[in-house]
Amino acid sequence: MDRPIAEARGLFGFLVVPPTAWLIAFFLAPLGIVWAYSFGENISLTKIVVDGSLDAYAHALQPLYLGIIGKSLAFAVLTTLLCLCIGFPVAVAMAFAKPRTKAWLLLLVMLPFWTNLLIRTYALMAVLRTEGYVNLTLGWGWRSLSAVTRLVGLRMPVFHPLVLLHTDAAVVLGLVYVQLPFMILPLYAALDRLDRSLIEASLDLGASQIGAFARVVAPMAAPGIISGIVLTLIPSVGAYLTPDLLGGPSSLMIANVIERQFRSADDWPFGAALSFLLMYLTLVCVAAQSLAARRRTAPAR
Amino acid sequence: MTRRSTPGALDYLARAPLRLWLLATAVFLYAPLLTLILFSFNDSRRNIIWRGFTLKYYRLALTDSDLVAALGNSLTIALISTLMSLVLGALTALALWRFRFPGKTALEGALALPIVVPEICMGVAMLVFFSKVVPWPTEAPWPFNLGAIIISHISFSFSFVAVIVRARLQSFDPDLEAAARDLGAGTGRVFTSVLAPHMAPGLIAGALLAFTLSLDDFVITFFTSGPDTTTFPVKVYSMVRFSVSPEVNAASTLLMGLTVAVAAVAVWLGGARATSVALAGEGHGP
Repeated sequence: MDRPIAEARGLFGFLVVPPTAWLIAFFLAPLGIVWAYSFGENISLTKIVVDGSLDAYAHALQPLYLGIIGKSLAFAVLTTLLCLCIGFPVAVAMAFAKPRTKAWLLLLVMLPFWTNLLIRTYALMAVLRTEGYVNLTLGWGWRSLSAVTRLVGLRMPVFHPLVLLHTDAAVVLGLVYVQLPFMILPLYAALDRLDRSLIEASLDLGASQIGAFARVVAPMAAPGIISGIVLTLIPSVGAYLTPDLLGGPSSLMIANVIERQFRSADDWPFGAALSFLLMYLTLVCVAAQSLAARRRTAPAR
Repeated sequence: MTRRSTPGALDYLARAPLRLWLLATAVFLYAPLLTLILFSFNDSRRNIIWRGFTLKYYRLALTDSDLVAALGNSLTIALISTLMSLVLGALTALALWRFRFPGKTALEGALALPIVVPEICMGVAMLVFFSKVVPWPTEAPWPFNLGAIIISHISFSFSFVAVIVRARLQSFDPDLEAAARDLGAGTGRVFTSVLAPHMAPGLIAGALLAFTLSLDDFVITFFTSGPDTTTFPVKVYSMVRFSVSPEVNAASTLLMGLTVAVAAVAVWLGGARATSVALAGEGHGP
């Protein structure tokens, strides 16, 4: 529609003022204050001055914290790759299924998405803990096996439950578990819009299924792939709950360090700097995504 | 279009490896949740080997006054936040759809922020805001003591509603409005009789998303809740930190049932397509 505001100034004001005011007062202002704090210093236990100092950022870039930032990035990249590998075939199956099956598959992916994040993480804890279902199954298998080997006179050592919970692997598994629907849904949305005749044409012209995927499907689905990657990567880097519940003391991620600065260590400028490092990273990701999207659409115009 | 390729070349679901892959993914996504539900009915504290059916953990969960209060808080917050997000989101969507104005790109950018900003950053921002700038009276009578949490939830929800409703408005045929005006309808009548019915599926999808986002949120609430203003996820978190227990399983199952019921109602009202399109576009993470 895109009409000039002169046409209905009153209506425009009525529509635009409340949300803009809300956004400024209850979203941009709080973020702005944290941003200001990231350039501040603690001068006493409760008093912070904002004096443009970069000490908080310098603190955040010390090797210890740089290591944690690096680890968070590594976890997030690994999670994103795993989600892409697991999710792509699922999205393909969904996009090319018959309408009825498609609706069911969509529901299958969306139900966990609607389920509380905390509950899903808790469900994984029950699976992974020392007396959890994985160890229970392994233990049962081990005992059955040793019962068999005892018959031939071989004594197997006693089963020791594996330590699965509170490890780095548990954190990545938890992130994949939580993020998978966020990867599958945009992939599916992109694949579903694809012009099928192009794929059929490439197959007719002698491309193998894999060749058709690499040269036809993947480039056309690129916007969906990119948005899936961004939607998985950003929440994974900033994940708080997953490393907190599934990780051990050494699998701290950046969000856990931020939480500590604000809730127990009381070093707000440092926490603010860390949280804005995460923000800058997010903004770079989003900017890269929209730049890629613009470059795709540009030649078409 | 002539189909000269081998029949079913694109029928990937007919291929055994892909079926197996799909099955494995479904097991991965559902097995932990199903065991959680199953063992909420298990008559054993150790909660690992099946000892018989019982509802006693549901009774325990439902008589735990803290847990019930937290659930009540969560539902109240979700309801108020959803209503406010619908209003603010619909206003934004209408403004962006209808008008071009200076600063439109800036507003669009600012609106996208709550969707992409990591929850932890928003959580600490709200913590700082409500402790330094607007100290919220947490001893105020219920439900006003929940104000800080409600405001935070509206802030992260209404952008989602705006995006969904705006997408829905793109498919509105301007001729319908012209026709209504020719027939003598004023702005108000055009809105109630022509525009609002067209927006309805978007509003329903938006409401569903706002409700689930609010009910689900842990991180941002964690930073804005006090000892007397716990929500269900925050309460469950404090229980989970100590141990895996059947009461938590029972409480979780109840909440899952509630969310699924809300989603089912919304899908039934608004059609699965509108909802899925809305959800496929955007997301909010851990």
